[in-house]
Amino acid sequence: MHFAPIVHVLLGLTFAPLLLGIINRTKALFAGRRGQPLLQLYYDVWKLLRKGAVYSRTTTWVFRAGPIVGLAAVLAAMTLVPFGKMPALVAFPGDLILFAYLLGLMRFFTVIAALDTGSSFEGMGASREVQFSALAEPALLLALVAVARRTGSISLSGMFDKISLDVWQAAGPSLALVAAALLVVLLCENARIPVDDPNTHLELTMIHEVMVLDHGGPDFAFIVYGAALKLWVLGLLLIGIVLPIQSGNAWIGIAVSICGMVALGVVIGIIESTMARLRLVRVPQLLVGAGVLGALALILVLR
Amino acid sequence: MVLLLLSVAILVVSGFVALIGQRSARIATVTGIGGAIVGCAIGLIPSVGVLLGGKAESLHLAWSVPYGSFFVELDALSAFFVAVILAISALAAIYGGAYLWAWREKKSLGPPWFFFNVLVASMVIVVLARNSMLFLLAWEVMALSSFFLVTFEDERESVRHAGWTYLVATHLGTAFLLVMFILLGREAGSFDFDQFQNLSGTPKAFGGASLLFLLAIIGFGTKAGFIPLHVWLPEAHPAAPSHVSALMSGVMIKTGIYGLIRVLTFLGPPPVWWGWLLIGIGLSSGILGVLFALAQHDLKRLLAYHSVENIGIIALGLGVGLLGISGHSPMLVVLGFGGGLLHVANHAVFKSLLFFGAGAVLHGTGTREIDHLGGLLKRMPWTAFTFLVGAVAISGLPPLNGFVSEFLIYLGAFGGGISLNAGAAVPLFGLIAGLSLIGGLAAACFTKAFGIVFLGQARSKHAEHAHEAGWLMRIPMLLLAAACIGIGLFAPIALSILQRVVQQVSGLPANVVNENLASAAGPLRLIAIVGAAFLALVIILLLLRRTLLANRKVEENVTWGCGYESPTPRMQYTASSFAQPLTDLFKTLLGTKKNVSAPRGYFPSDAALKTETPDTFTEKIYGPVFARIGAGLWRLRWLQQGNVQLYVLYIALTLLALLVWKLW
Repeated sequence: MHFAPIVHVLLGLTFAPLLLGIINRTKALFAGRRGQPLLQLYYDVWKLLRKGAVYSRTTTWVFRAGPIVGLAAVLAAMTLVPFGKMPALVAFPGDLILFAYLLGLMRFFTVIAALDTGSSFEGMGASREVQFSALAEPALLLALVAVARRTGSISLSGMFDKISLDVWQAAGPSLALVAAALLVVLLCENARIPVDDPNTHLELTMIHEVMVLDHGGPDFAFIVYGAALKLWVLGLLLIGIVLPIQSGNAWIGIAVSICGMVALGVVIGIIESTMARLRLVRVPQLLVGAGVLGALALILVLR
Repeated sequence: MVLLLLSVAILVVSGFVALIGQRSARIATVTGIGGAIVGCAIGLIPSVGVLLGGKAESLHLAWSVPYGSFFVELDALSAFFVAVILAISALAAIYGGAYLWAWREKKSLGPPWFFFNVLVASMVIVVLARNSMLFLLAWEVMALSSFFLVTFEDERESVRHAGWTYLVATHLGTAFLLVMFILLGREAGSFDFDQFQNLSGTPKAFGGASLLFLLAIIGFGTKAGFIPLHVWLPEAHPAAPSHVSALMSGVMIKTGIYGLIRVLTFLGPPPVWWGWLLIGIGLSSGILGVLFALAQHDLKRLLAYHSVENIGIIALGLGVGLLGISGHSPMLVVLGFGGGLLHVANHAVFKSLLFFGAGAVLHGTGTREIDHLGGLLKRMPWTAFTFLVGAVAISGLPPLNGFVSEFLIYLGAFGGGISLNAGAAVPLFGLIAGLSLIGGLAAACFTKAFGIVFLGQARSKHAEHAHEAGWLMRIPMLLLAAACIGIGLFAPIALSILQRVVQQVSGLPANVVNENLASAAGPLRLIAIVGAAFLALVIILLLLRRTLLANRKVEENVTWGCGYESPTPRMQYTASSFAQPLTDLFKTLLGTKKNVSAPRGYFPSDAALKTETPDTFTEKIYGPVFARIGAGLWRLRWLQQGNVQLYVLYIALTLLALLVWKLW
């Protein structure tokens, strides 16, 4: 069982793009379409990896560093997230802070790579990204503090290990609030509806997509894959709280978590099919709302 | 101790030589830099020695000043601050040599070098002094020498105004310190610090301890830049020459933090509300500091507001430490003080790096206006790279040093948050939410500062003709950037160096401190490993992309503009537009003034938008109050007739009045 954490990371590396396929299939189902293949993202990444590259004349090495630093940061963050009830590859008190800040590092470089093009579209996306993420960060940490206070552990692996059916029975409302806050953070950080629309076609309305407009070829493959991994790790956080099943058997744990991720994909697909995107000025309210949910959870836990 | 006093003497003497030899710019510069480097190097030896485990040394000489004695001591706390001060000062001197050289034709370089070296010497004495009179004297010399450095370009009206604001603010702060030391001295019967130390814990002293604490917060907080006492920082830092801004922002304001910590060791066990107060100050300084920074267009003013933010983070660390003392939680004490002190060093490193970078930009382009810059990375690659390192570090992102100290404060807050009772845990939760908001906003601010200044296309002639700084300016920046990476990757070692300082500040037994530091060193080691793995991944991915693109077509083309092929630099996003969503969101706090002339008609010819974010506290509080005081004092204007005989008469009358009063 010593290799289990490595297996978990490998599972994430393999299955992360599938999650987006599930979301897209769910959306297609709701729209009455057949939709793209489940493995579409794998094909996309493969296609992009085999292409050459076109760089803007305005750009510098910062633009080329963006995708690489982003992917490396999210890969490093992956080692900190437990898979279901199984501890992560690296676990220590306070690892959740490193996790949040590694995602921050990814964002920092995506944003400056976008600014490097000198395009006002990308500047616009970058500006929105930093605004929303600055508000999402407190929501994420407040929600995690509530869990930490309830479970008495400040390591992600320790926290998720202690969430059981009993804990849900005792502190169900607060955990539900935490899950709601985390879901909003997940939707925001991964540029999903109602914060951002990954399928929009107008540069003016995009956030994440517009920041990476000028990237192509292998660089874009890194970005697409990195985004899939980011969705995967934040999804694991949510799953770890919502699924309190403690089997003791590693294989069952993996199977349960994979099922949880599939269900999460379906849920995100349903949200995207049934909701419209919020106006940009409403998004901060949603994120502050998530922060308030986190704070409420904390108050319930403190009581 | 002898070496340290020798270092101070070298600094002062070389300053005087530079002043005397001011007719030749070369002599002034060479003696100024030479004295600063030699003095700092000599002084670093004993301070590092004490930090690494050497014995504390002290020197007590009689002094003819009433209540004064020449009493200096180098203990762990002083050694830590002396080391930071001297290391940054030496680099600032090297950088300043090249930076000031541009003025050699227009101005005499003697005075700035004299005041620079005296400023460094006075800062050293401030942290060594163990007598109130000596401390206040050095404190005043520090304030005055930095005032003369701030007003170096005194031909500009804005600089004179900045200098005036600084002078008033620093003296108001000192007034509170004077009261505090008098009260302490009355209680202890002596003005030596070792007598104050004996006070702690005695019930009599404790009654007034809270008053003393508040006086220290106001007096030292003015120097450090706690909101709302920060108003001089965003004025003085941009006005000063950049190496002086780096020195003031990087180390001089930390003497306020030093003073606060030193006084805390006199006051005995703190009540809970002290910790609450410091956390409250830290949160308001941190959040408002970074918000005001976001709204600025002037690169150095932006950095000055970030000093307010980082002082806030340091205050958060100290607040956690105080809560730990009052809550009897050694873990909180060690992590709070450890994180706060480490942030003192880290902020000194990355803030002086950033001010050096801003100075290089100003030097190379002639403007500090962010919206006039752009595309500098191509012309100033070294400055750009080091500025990026500083920007990532100050945003508190791994794997650099800013993350490490913020992590320790977070870890303390989390640890206390899950273990303490609800009442004590609430401020810690506020801290966690606030610190994460500060982190997000700081990242927003520095993507703006780096992205608009160094990336994209040049927005003006200034930026088009930019030139890279010379080697003398680049070397300090490269060294500081290396320090950001080094402290980030070798954080456990940095923390172990702080062990004696933390022990002295907390007053806990050595084994308790060691135990708690060791429990923090474990996570730091793993963070360093993840950081190293991250860097390795970056290299692997770079190689991967290189092999993938090896035999393929790699082209250059125009940036995508929906098919528009000839974008101009004016179409780019600017600093103001980048920050607009956030400044609008917080407009009640910021009070940004917008001056819009909107495009009119079917074929609009011109339109303009001008935004300005003056400091709310200056506008709403200090401005009106000082205007009122000024108006009141105007009534005494008739006393000032400019006639010498009249002033002699005033003196004679005063003497007569005193005589009558005494003889009565």
